[in-house]
Amino acid sequence: MSIRKLLFAFVIFVFMGVLLPTRSNAQESPYIVTYDHYLEEPGNLEIEYFSTFGTQRGGNDFHAYWAEFEYGVKAWWTTEFYLDGQSTFGDSTLFTGFRWENRIRPLKREHFINPVVYLEYENTSGADKILKEVEGHDVESDYAAANSALRKEHDHELETKLLLSSTFKGWNFAENTIATKNLSPSNPWEFGYAIGASRPLGLKAWAKRCSFCPQNFIAGVEMYGGLGDKQSFGLHDTSHYLAPAVAWNLPSDWTLRVSAGFGLNDNSHRFLLRWGVSREISGFGSMVSRIFGGRQ
Amino acid sequence: MKTRTAGLFVVVLLFGVSALLPVEGRQSGSAAAQQSAKAESVYAEIGKAPEKARAKKNPLEKDRDAVTAGGILFEQHCAECHGEKGGGAKKGPSLRVEQVQTAEPGAIFWILTNGVVRKGMPVWSKLPEPQRWQLVSFIKSFSPGEKPADQ
Repeated sequence: MSIRKLLFAFVIFVFMGVLLPTRSNAQESPYIVTYDHYLEEPGNLEIEYFSTFGTQRGGNDFHAYWAEFEYGVKAWWTTEFYLDGQSTFGDSTLFTGFRWENRIRPLKREHFINPVVYLEYENTSGADKILKEVEGHDVESDYAAANSALRKEHDHELETKLLLSSTFKGWNFAENTIATKNLSPSNPWEFGYAIGASRPLGLKAWAKRCSFCPQNFIAGVEMYGGLGDKQSFGLHDTSHYLAPAVAWNLPSDWTLRVSAGFGLNDNSHRFLLRWGVSREISGFGSMVSRIFGGRQ
Repeated sequence: MKTRTAGLFVVVLLFGVSALLPVEGRQSGSAAAQQSAKAESVYAEIGKAPEKARAKKNPLEKDRDAVTAGGILFEQHCAECHGEKGGGAKKGPSLRVEQVQTAEPGAIFWILTNGVVRKGMPVWSKLPEPQRWQLVSFIKSFSPGEKPADQ
């Protein structure tokens, strides 16, 4: 099956997801890069679409996008599959690869700081611009070349993260440390970070169904960037971003997110505007099991 | 391109298989017995709430809107597993039983906060404390033993 046919199948799948009945309200955080310690509810599938518009000095601005399929296998294990693409203005549109991510919660109960172990395999081209994380010596000029040149580079990467997250008085504080290894032997481990804080605009729920009540909006800010690699650890030749963000959890099971990211140094894109839409499908696992005539 | 297609195929396959893994609460074989045993083990978790957590009073006990607001939250976050009226469903046990209805509000709040992660109930600390107390108010408003419509 060609990549195009596979993509088409996934697009159909997304639209099916949109039509499926569901009863859950996701209460998603506004973070786009940072992860907190909350996993997908078991048996639920969340289908998400995200876009990043990025400015580019020395090249053309771009619009990168990705689809996420996030599934709660267990209450302590979430698995997620990504498809990435991008359009560079005045250049071309490309499918840039896929990712498979797993998040595992090792502790049974809530603590002041809650760890989650993150493992991801990435198979992307050098033209991938979704900037889902920033690591190593990733800088703006890496993205300036034409797509035809960038796509020649292939990255097979193993990405690990330690996600730490705390919730206190309605606030969430999340800190992620990233260590990535390109699986070709000559590449060193690369490091990065993401931190975030967020809070719902209202802590008490209103005693009526509403779309615009404050508890449905979660505002926050995240900061992320690279920390060099094993051979040259530190902040030199790295890029960093500060991004206020807001999530709107609608009673109709949809979540909308918007984030405006500002580059903090000359190595960073000046501006990254991100937005996303997601919908959670309750009981997806049971539904799939029924389709295959299995256990219910 | 061939490598990427093969890799993509493997990942999609693995992702698909994960959706077929048994989800907590799915039934098979002696389903009723299994579900009953699971429910008992989940109820037993209430007894594990520390004294300090049990002693917590519901700050919204006298809030007239708390039960209504809790009912809306319950429908959004809990009904899928515990049934629309809290009478239990395939994935989650009934909340109308004596073990829950006689438990201290603080113990129920503690379960909501910590979940019963190894038995399939996620942590709900992502809901702010007042919303968790609203849920406690709603759960404690059930009439114990009453047979709800969804049971």
